[in-house]
Amino acid sequence: MVDLSVAGIATGETRKPNLKSLWSGLAPWALPLVLLVVWEIAARTGLVTARLMPAPTTIAAAFWRSLLDGSLLFHTLASTRRAFIGLAIGGGLGFVAGVVTGLWKPAETLFDSTVQMVRNIPHLALIPLVILWFGIDETAKIFLVSIGVFFPIYINTFHGVRTIDPQIVEMASVYGLDRKALIRRIILPGALPSILVGLRYALGFMWLTLIVAETISSTNGIGYMTMNAREFLQTDIVLLGIIVYALLGKFADVVTRAIERRVLVWHPAYRAKAGGEA
Amino acid sequence: MSAVSAHVAQNDGGLSISLSRVVKSFGKLNVLGSFNLEISGGQFLAVVGRSGGGKSTLLRLIAGLETATSGRVSIGGREVDRTLPSVCLLFQEARLVPWQRVIENVGIARGPNWQDTARRTLADVGLEGREDDWPSVLSGGQRQRVALARALVSAPQILLLDEPFGALDALTRIEMHRLLERIWSGRGFTTVLITHDVAEAVALADRVVVLREGAIALDIDIDLERPRRELADPRAVDLQRRILEAV
Repeated sequence: MVDLSVAGIATGETRKPNLKSLWSGLAPWALPLVLLVVWEIAARTGLVTARLMPAPTTIAAAFWRSLLDGSLLFHTLASTRRAFIGLAIGGGLGFVAGVVTGLWKPAETLFDSTVQMVRNIPHLALIPLVILWFGIDETAKIFLVSIGVFFPIYINTFHGVRTIDPQIVEMASVYGLDRKALIRRIILPGALPSILVGLRYALGFMWLTLIVAETISSTNGIGYMTMNAREFLQTDIVLLGIIVYALLGKFADVVTRAIERRVLVWHPAYRAKAGGEA
Repeated sequence: MSAVSAHVAQNDGGLSISLSRVVKSFGKLNVLGSFNLEISGGQFLAVVGRSGGGKSTLLRLIAGLETATSGRVSIGGREVDRTLPSVCLLFQEARLVPWQRVIENVGIARGPNWQDTARRTLADVGLEGREDDWPSVLSGGQRQRVALARALVSAPQILLLDEPFGALDALTRIEMHRLLERIWSGRGFTTVLITHDVAEAVALADRVVVLREGAIALDIDIDLERPRRELADPRAVDLQRRILEAV
């Protein structure tokens, strides 16, 4: 009796997963799809003014047009370039500063309280100052992005280095690891989960800063594209720009998650998500 | 070739350990007060005592992880002031590096030819084929085996064990006892085992020291022939009773 019911459950389980995984794959898209359909209907029937909120199909058409004339790619590349130069500068400095202050107490004493103070200034409040310093050219935007990404990377790197299990560090000293080996094999890999969390926060700040910086003054980039479209009342292009930002943000997040899964295979939590053997 | 290296390892033997008039205090707390202990090379010593009795401190002094407030700790006749490559310590927890595979954990010091040595040592502790696993998939007993292999890789002349089997289940613990006894009798390093398990001490050690409030309350030799498989040996039971009375 018991055996039978167990067998019944087992066969049920083997048949279900396909349907189940299909459902769990599609479910997250159900709500956006419904919203799109409602939006389309509302725009077509005149329930909302098409000039303020054009239908999804109109936006799709705008996407197609701007893709064909190359402007979408041009502006997206311009934005992406800025974003990643800023990330490389600010993130690189944040990482180095985080490692140094994490490892070396005097550096923390000297540096950390200043950082904690400056951190609380919203970096977008610096825009007027940045314009005075750098004018409205490329440097100003990259500077702002760098500042935006510096703090999340710095704080999480510092935290990661500091929260390494001291027992493992002690073990390493018993087994004769020198300082270089300790940093390379124990401290940096151990801090990596935290550093990657910092990177994901930083990517969020990166796009946010860029949007604001580009809408203020620019001759290219997604921010410029949307501000320019506003002048000509091309609401479809404005919405397209917003969607592109969302996609770029999502793309960056997907890439970081992939990196996490790859470099954190040793971590039980990530291995579970990756699904068994990695 | 491996027979030759095993032979060499046997002849390495163990270094002697000597503590004379060692005082160790943390602030106002006196953990060890004018402590004397001589451990001859190759001896298997078990230190038994209640928690907070100074056992771990004693081990950390020998390992060079702590320095004595006063007095002298020496290994092979030379005073200890830092951790030595010839002295390995097995902790209560396995302390494996979670982001390194089993073989990388064993070869943590990355000596010359470390992969071969690590592979051979892993086979020696019964973990053949687990080289590329992550520590997180191992059981508690397997983790301690990896930790033991990590200690053995550097061919230590002194092995210090800080209750490494305390958290294991009874069966795994007996397995680990046999493994340790086999490796110790093969390699002949000096061993200091800290434990609160009197039966474990009597089963493994040549000599048992009972530590109470930072001083030696009992110091007896265990003259039982090896291997000690007879659990209910009346002589062992009698020794256990004597040790328990002193704890």
